[in-house]
Amino acid sequence: MDRLIVDNLRFRDRGPYSFAIAGGECLGLQGESGAGKTLLLRAIVDLDPHQGSLRLDDLECDRMPAPQWRKKVSMLPAESCWWLDVVAEHFHDFHTVSQEHLALLGFGPEVGGWQVSRLSTGEKQRLAILRMLENRPSALLLDEPTASLDQANSNGVEQLLGEYSRGNNAPLLWVSHDPQQLDRVADRCLFMQADGSLKPCGGE
Amino acid sequence: MGVKPLSAFDLSLAAGLVVALALCSWRLRLGLEKRMAISALRTTVQLLLIGQVLRVLFAHASFPFVFAISMVMLMVAGREVGARQHRRIKGVSGWLLGTGSMFVSSFAVAFFALAVVIANDPWYTPQYAIPLLGMLLGNTMNGIALSMDRLTESLWQQRQTVEQRLLLGQTSLEAIHELRQQAMRSGMIPIINSMAAAGLVSLPGMMTGQILGGSSPMDAVKYQILIMFLICAGTGFGVVTAITLTSRKLFDDRQRLRLDVLQKG
Repeated sequence: MDRLIVDNLRFRDRGPYSFAIAGGECLGLQGESGAGKTLLLRAIVDLDPHQGSLRLDDLECDRMPAPQWRKKVSMLPAESCWWLDVVAEHFHDFHTVSQEHLALLGFGPEVGGWQVSRLSTGEKQRLAILRMLENRPSALLLDEPTASLDQANSNGVEQLLGEYSRGNNAPLLWVSHDPQQLDRVADRCLFMQADGSLKPCGGE
Repeated sequence: MGVKPLSAFDLSLAAGLVVALALCSWRLRLGLEKRMAISALRTTVQLLLIGQVLRVLFAHASFPFVFAISMVMLMVAGREVGARQHRRIKGVSGWLLGTGSMFVSSFAVAFFALAVVIANDPWYTPQYAIPLLGMLLGNTMNGIALSMDRLTESLWQQRQTVEQRLLLGQTSLEAIHELRQQAMRSGMIPIINSMAAAGLVSLPGMMTGQILGGSSPMDAVKYQILIMFLICAGTGFGVVTAITLTSRKLFDDRQRLRLDVLQKG
């Protein structure tokens, strides 16, 4: 169920990329800065022009409106953006966000009323995860989700995303610079070389 | 009762004032004297030329002639809209967006005013058609240039936020909703303000001209009110058209933000 299939994906001068992530599986992605990991994620959420086929099981990306695809296959960018004054205004309905999820990321229910301008980078990042999960995505693409977090908050994020993935049978593509983190969260791991090509982690 | 004609000597007296200002600019090292001289010269030459054109045009009030002149005016206004953008849409389509929006709004409003409101025979009587269209185009041009510049510039600066909203599943229109509103507002607010201030702060140029030309103040005022309404409608509809078309152009068929359609300068 709910496999994310990337088939012969090409964009700019990159690719072709072909891989699949099973439901509930986490694929780690490592690589040097500037190798194009973010570009790959952007192409998979259909934010950049590309060729090739993207599927969620038998649902074809090109067969549905792009906003619908982006709700199903959600990307968490490395830096989250907030455009309204108060946190809760960025959610469809902040009251439906589960208390356990909030607590797991170190927040109480009052965080919905907080001013965005007073959030720290780490707080924005953790809240962006909750905001993304509100769409109930079928697959998650995470661009360094814990880069700006301390160890305790990183653990909370890893636990939340892992539980979401297993509980909803959702494939995860997890970009990280931290090999130990990928050891913890990922079932297998790919390494992006400077030219953009992928190889299995650890192998020569 | 006609206007009292001005001689070349009369004009040179007024030009003396500009020369005095240029001297002042030189003393104060403002560095504006050269630009001032060129601009003063341009104003003289361009207006004398257009005077000749209008003289011929008024003598031969044929529709093709009036139409040709108005097309030239439109092309120049279209070029000006492009030139005023900090980042404009590349190629012919960018020019077509601004010019097309001006054409749709200005020409429709001008035709309505000439054929229905003023109802001369023939409706394209150039003494009415050309000044009316000129005022409409001039104001629509300002509004459209302002609003398009605002939209592309704010989109450029907030592209990360717009893409974040796309990532959350918003449609392209939802993601730039506020930016579109702001752009439309910034294009329309100048004319709304000048409607509010007309008569109290400023005596509009056309009304002043008519009064100088010997019309009764009440006649001049009524024409000015007509013009204000036309300019307001022309600018407003032009801005809405231009922003709608521009925001479509900035996204592709998969609702991706395509800032690569913009070029600087």
